[in-house]
Amino acid sequence: MIQIEDVHKHFGPLHVLKGVSLSVEKGEVLSMIGGSGSGKSTMLMCINGLEAIEKGRISVDGVEVHAKSTDINRLRRKIGIVFQQWNAFPHLTVLENVMLAPRKVLRKSRHEAEEIAIEQLRHVGLGEKLKSFPSRLSGGQQQRMAIARALAMSPDYMLFDEVTSALDPQLVGEVLDTLRMLSHEGMTMIVVTHEMRFAREVSDRVAFFCKGQIHELGTPDQIFESPERPETIDFLRSAI
Amino acid sequence: MFFDSSLSWNDILFLLDGAIVTIAITLASVALGTILGVLFGLVRAGALWWISWPLGGALDIFRSVPLLIQLVLFNSFNSMFRLHWSPYVIACICLGIYTAAFCTELVRSGVLAVPPATRRAARSLGMSWWQEVVSITLPMATRIVFPSWIGLSLGVMKDTSLVLWIGIIELLRSSQIITSRVQEPLLILTITGLIYFLMSFPIARLGAHLERRWQIQ
Repeated sequence: MIQIEDVHKHFGPLHVLKGVSLSVEKGEVLSMIGGSGSGKSTMLMCINGLEAIEKGRISVDGVEVHAKSTDINRLRRKIGIVFQQWNAFPHLTVLENVMLAPRKVLRKSRHEAEEIAIEQLRHVGLGEKLKSFPSRLSGGQQQRMAIARALAMSPDYMLFDEVTSALDPQLVGEVLDTLRMLSHEGMTMIVVTHEMRFAREVSDRVAFFCKGQIHELGTPDQIFESPERPETIDFLRSAI
Repeated sequence: MFFDSSLSWNDILFLLDGAIVTIAITLASVALGTILGVLFGLVRAGALWWISWPLGGALDIFRSVPLLIQLVLFNSFNSMFRLHWSPYVIACICLGIYTAAFCTELVRSGVLAVPPATRRAARSLGMSWWQEVVSITLPMATRIVFPSWIGLSLGVMKDTSLVLWIGIIELLRSSQIITSRVQEPLLILTITGLIYFLMSFPIARLGAHLERRWQIQ
């Protein structure tokens, strides 16, 4: 379980998170929606300690993420994250991209790591691209490779940070299909997204972020059919 | 032998002996300079300004003072403090630090050219700082700065000729010795230049080859 309690964060003078509290259960799919600059991506980065927080606490399965005594590298093994820019390792083949972390972090043998990587790449539909370099792949394929790379660590949680925002419209579908597949498999996911239809379809709950706070939290039906706060209504009107 | 000159095969062999010394000093100093350069470069690219700035300042001295002055000064310190280091050791240390000073800035620029987002992605997979540097940053930076590093190495090979001033008989000094006996400076300098070229050319070709291979990716 991921527990977020009263988290605050500044970027310089900018107060980007103003007391966010939230908990995500095992097996749940939670979408974070809201305008740009509302703090949802920053919130995601805080969950696996890529960003520091100034106040509050975040714990994953009872381990406090920002505590000095926490082995953050160890904790990150069970929290996969996929970014808006897929961030492929350009000097490695697709297969090597996915093998790297199991080899280095989990100390798997070359053979074992290769098996894991091939399995995950087939899973996301890239079984034919093992020997290609990322630069030869389309954006959608690179993004699916990034998903396979995170899945190769067999994480308990997956965080998705606007994973379709940098893609050409015709490539969005294949990546969303991959996310759909993961949600059907029972993966615990937090998805920051601008794809409202997708959020409505796959989420168990939706959190609407506005100005560094969660303004409204509920089931997709509640948020999309009968939003209560004026900010949510305004945002949904402009977003759909 | 050549054009009725008094240059003999033995003279050529003497030149080649000098060339071997040149190659040995080049290899040793480039190796030392590169190892130090990578370490210092990582420090310079890091966030700790209180160690990065003094290091940068110190290395600036070695980059700015002519190598000949550094060699002669270091050689004098060697006698003044009775260190009894051989001229070869002095030559390699001096040239090594000189190389490191340039290599540090190469490595720093290469490391800073690696996108922070890519490094962050590696860390998000649970890699430690060091694992990320070894698997991602250094391989990517190497591809970026490799052409400049080849240039630096070729420069160092030619700079080794300055060590003749501290009594080492390398390629250029061998040619001077022969010239003073045979009295045919143009011919001998041409042959010496040719030998330098034959030593540099394969390195330059190898560099171009590796660059092409990496670019395909």
